[in-house]
Formats: sequence, structure tokens, C-alpha cells
Amino acid sequence: MSDDTEVSPGRGLPATAVPVSPTDPTTGTAGGERPARGRLGGLSGSGLVRNLGLVLALVILCVVGLVTTGERFGSTANLLTILRLAAVTGVISIGMTFVITGGGIDLSVGAVMALSSVWCTTLATQAMARDTHWIVMVGAALAVGAACGLINGLLVSYGKVVPFIATLAMLASARGLAEIISQRRTQIVDVPGFTDFFGAEVVGVPVIVIMFALVAAIGWVVFNRTTFGRRTLAVGGNPEAARLAGINVQRHTVLLYVQLGLLCGVAALMIISRTTTGTSTHGTLIELDVIAAVVIGGTLLAGGRGTIVGTVIGVLIFTTLTNVFTLNNRSTSEQALLKGAIIVAAVLLQQRFAARSKSP
Amino acid sequence: MSLRSAHKLGTGLVAGVAVLSLAACTGNTAADDGGTQAGGTSEAEQGSNDEAGDTVVIGFSAPAADHGWMASITESAREAADAYEDVDLRVAEGTNDVNLQISQVETFINDGVDAIVLLPFDGAAMTPVALQAMEAGIPVINVDREFEDPNAARVTVLGDNYGMGVSAGSYICSELGDNPDAVVAEIAGIDSLPLTQDRSQGFEDALGECGLDVDNRVAADFTVEGGERAASNLLQAAPQIDAVWNHDDDQGVGVLAAFENAGRDEFMMVGGAGSANAMRSIQADDSVLKATVVYPSTQGADGIMMARLLVQQKAMGDLVEVEVPREVQLYAPVVTADNVDQFIDTAFES
Repeated sequence: MSDDTEVSPGRGLPATAVPVSPTDPTTGTAGGERPARGRLGGLSGSGLVRNLGLVLALVILCVVGLVTTGERFGSTANLLTILRLAAVTGVISIGMTFVITGGGIDLSVGAVMALSSVWCTTLATQAMARDTHWIVMVGAALAVGAACGLINGLLVSYGKVVPFIATLAMLASARGLAEIISQRRTQIVDVPGFTDFFGAEVVGVPVIVIMFALVAAIGWVVFNRTTFGRRTLAVGGNPEAARLAGINVQRHTVLLYVQLGLLCGVAALMIISRTTTGTSTHGTLIELDVIAAVVIGGTLLAGGRGTIVGTVIGVLIFTTLTNVFTLNNRSTSEQALLKGAIIVAAVLLQQRFAARSKSP
Repeated sequence: MSLRSAHKLGTGLVAGVAVLSLAACTGNTAADDGGTQAGGTSEAEQGSNDEAGDTVVIGFSAPAADHGWMASITESAREAADAYEDVDLRVAEGTNDVNLQISQVETFINDGVDAIVLLPFDGAAMTPVALQAMEAGIPVINVDREFEDPNAARVTVLGDNYGMGVSAGSYICSELGDNPDAVVAEIAGIDSLPLTQDRSQGFEDALGECGLDVDNRVAADFTVEGGERAASNLLQAAPQIDAVWNHDDDQGVGVLAAFENAGRDEFMMVGGAGSANAMRSIQADDSVLKATVVYPSTQGADGIMMARLLVQQKAMGDLVEVEVPREVQLYAPVVTADNVDQFIDTAFES
């Protein structure tokens, strides 16, 4: 497996897989080159082919949609429906790509999103928002998300609790706290400025879709063009080597969980604007959709390899699938079956591509 | 007739709610119209409303069919649609994810369906998108879980959650009324839902009428596992119980299993929703379950019928009104060994 291919920025290095080079990750600058492609020669082929495969899958889905339902699928309104659906899962998936690439996992995203949504819509927060500015609610959602992420990160990096368990604990307690705060009721948002802003459209594009696009763009730049991104790959690929290279692995791990928590806060804002409610049931089981999207996108669950573009396409594949099924009036069970098949097929294909490109 | 049986049981308190029993779709009229659920009161001839008209495209969305009652909602909606050649029903994937359910309704709006029948996972959360549909000129029929804004639906079909609690409480009063120290327990459904809060409120109010109160209350989640868990906890908390009301017969399967495992049978149990196996058990009188309170699982089908009438601009049979009513609330009768025969055929399978 060429797990660590994208770890090494290795200027001018040959195309074969190179283990994490201790000095590389910290050198940081991308030198203005396009990452992955130009520098990694043959290995970029696997990335390219991988993404091509995903794009192909998405195109096939769209063709199926167009053939079976024609204009109903292709209309602008329907595309926006798909994107609005994708936005919430998408934003969290971008953050999850970083965490998984960095060798971790976060099962608590849905619960953290629920807690954020509840905290941000309590009567007290809303009253404060009406008295001052609705931005208070945004601050509350982001702060709660980031705080949960911080706890996750500290537990994982300094407490040495394995990510699976640390975030499982957060999953349980964040939703529990959300239930306590909301008294298990649905809290309705009545702050006009807030709903006006997030429910608005800019040149026909809903604000939450723009937010998703922004998060994806920023995520891509950070992942591919910054020291932070390179360190993430290094930490996930080989933490010991990363440590020897002078990366503060523990601090970096904390930051990874904090950014994901922050994005859960963003997702909470999106779901609040979509439903005008905050409840402890928001985001139930969303972690599974998120992890599935990240994995079919091509990010290695073991860490050390990741792709933001792949994740975005992964999210779009699942939401488009749902849309095509709804348009065709097909049953739930068929869709669940197909989703499972897609996950397996995507992972099997990736392994084959990876194996092939390793021995050209 | 259900009113009469309710009186017979001494549970006449159920009044006070505007109850409009919609034709054959409630449990009120027994099984004489079989599986078709087609309209018309049992005696009357099938009205002209059943004659085929322009094709009506109806979008239908409900939560995931993770318990028998909910599965029956979608199933009976399909059956109702199949009974009419002029209904083209589009059923979206059942989901408990409001984000997904919103996108389904958006898809229906984009598609320009004639009407949308919607049982929301969370009424408040689905209100904005329902408003959007109404603004787009698509009538929305809100089933069971109410929207936050009355303008978000043209017709609302509701069960009577408060009335369920009242029926259950009154029945327990009539059975234990002479013992003011009786221990009454309650096993609720999903606590965050307003419907659960309404049921509990009705139960408390009715018990209050005869000087009883809820001594132990636990909440489950409408699933068998959840019911088993909640009931086990309840038994630990309450060493002696006289009567239990369990909100939901699906979770009741687990509740009864927990009672059985603990070997506890010193109390009587009243169920909720009205599943077929609960009714069979009542009929056979083979467990602590002595009664259940019906919460019709055919409301989705009622929604389909109303949507069809609305789009074809027909009036509701048996009413004088020119337009389909704004709200239809179903009745919550108590089913006991005495009247179970009337209800068992329209009950849902867990």
C-alpha cells in the first residue's frame, strides 16, 4: 500500500513510495507547486485515478438520474436541493478528513452538533441575541463545538485514551447534556436576524451551500498547501517519525479535534437555519454518513493519507443517490443495500488502484 | 359505538376534545370494509367521492419504519393509494434525519406534486419547509406530529394524544378507584416528543380526577429493546405496583418480556396505540395486559384520502361543508376483552 505517498512532499524524489521523511513535514512551504500531482509523479496517478473513479461514479449517478427522471433531476432547483442536503454532512466530513488523516476518529460529531444546536437556541442565548446581536448565537454554537473538540483532543493526546473510546464517551455525554439543557424538547428559534441571514440566498445560492463551499475550499488549501496539512499527514502516517521531526504531535492532535468540533458548531448553525430548531436529536447517526463519505472519498481509515476533494465527492455521491432514489420513488431498503455495496466497491477499487500504481 | 363502550367502562371523560371521526379509517367503524379502507360510513353506500377523477400526484414522507405503528402508517397509506386508480403516490425514504426529510419535501416541491402528506420526525423542525410548500401552492396534509405554524398545513390529521392519556387514566381509575394508595406507574415513549408530553399530561389529569397520581415514571423509545430496558428499571424502582400504563404496544412487547422475566404479575397493565398482538393478548386474557388505548395507525391513509379530495376539489362525505375541514382529530377508545372484536381487524402488526 502506498499509504504514506502524500505524506512526503519530497521535491524531485522518484515515484516510488517513500516512508515519512523526518525533515519533510516541517519544511512546510509548498513552493507554489501544485501538490501531489507534479511532484509525486507516478504516485499522483493513484490519486488522480482514485478521484477519477469517484467522479465517474458521480457522473454515472447523474446520468441515471437524468435518464430516469430527466428535467426533474437536472433542474437548478433539484441541484440546490442536493447541495443543501449535502451541506451539513459535508462540513463535518471536511473536518473528519483531517482527524482521520491524522490517525484519529471522532464518533461524537452528531452529538456535539446536537449539543451546539441546543446551547445556541436556549431561551437565555436567544434573549441575549435579541438584546445584542444574533452573532451571539453563532459564537455560542462555535464555542460549544470547539470546547467539545478540545476535550476530545486532550483526552486523546494527553490522556492517552484511544480516540474511539474518548469520542464514544463524548457521544454519550454530549447528547445527554443536550437533553438535560433542552429538557428533551425542541427549541424554536425566534431571532429574525439569525434566520434571515442563514436562510438567505446569494444570487440564487443558499447561504448554507456557500458556507459548505467555503469550508471545502479552506479545507483544501489548509490540507494541501500549509504546514498544518503536512503535519497532519505526518502525524497520521507515523507519529513517532513526526515527533522526531520536531512536530509537537500532542498539540497537533488537540488542534485536529478542535477544528472538527468547530465545524460541528458550523453544522449546528446550518441545521438550525434549515429547521429553525435546536434539539438533542439533531445529527443522530450522522457520524456514520460522515465516516462513510470520508472513506469512499479515499482517505485511509488508518491515517496518513487523505483527500479533501475525494471527501466532497463522497458526500455528493451519497446525497445524489438519495435524491435519485426519492425522485424514482424507490424503496428505502434498496437504497440502504446499494449504499453498502458502494462503500465496499469503492474501498476494493481503491485498494486495487493503489496496488497497481505501486508496481508500475 | 365506541363512545357507548367507553361509557360502559365508566370512562366517559374523554370528551372536551373536538373529535371528528373520519369515516372508516379510524378504529371506530369495525372491519366491515375490509382491507381497502375506502371511505363511507359502514352503513352508507359508497359515495361519489370514490369515482375516479383527475390523477392526483401525492408526495408522502414519514419517519423511519422502526416500529410497527410507524411501518403501518406508510403501509396503510400505500393501501389507500392503491385503492384509487387516480392516485399516484410517491413515497420517500422513511427517515429520522430531519435534514434528509426536509430535502425530500424540497424534492416534492421541485417536482410540483399536487399535494404532500407529511408525518414529520419533528413537527417544529419541518415547519419551514412545509411553509415553503404551501407558499408554492402545494397543499400540505400534516399527519400526527403537528407543525409549529398553523399556516404550514392545509389539513391536519391528528390522533388524540392527550385523549389517550385520559382514556388510559380513566380506565385505571375505574379499576382501582377505591384505593387511593394504589401505586400507578407509567412507561412513556420518546420523552422529547410533544406527543409523549401530551399523553402523560392527559394521564396525570385523568388520574387526578380519582385522587391517584403517577408514582413511578420511566421513558423508553417505542422500540422493543427500549421497552424492555425501561420496564426492568421500573421494576427495580417499584417493588409493588397496582397498575401500569405503557404508552406504546410496540415497546410493550419488551415491557411484557421484562415483567415475565422478573416474574412480576401483581398489577394490571394498560397498553397504548393498539397493536394486533396486544389485542390478541387481551382477547386471550393470558397476561397482565388487560386493555389498550387506540392511536390509529391509519392516519397516513386518512391523509392520502384528504389530499385526494382536496386536489380534486371534492367535499368530505357525510359533512355539509363545501371544503375539506382544516383539522381532523381521531378518537382514542379503550379496548378491553369486552370490545376487542370491534378493533382487532384494523389494528397494526408489531
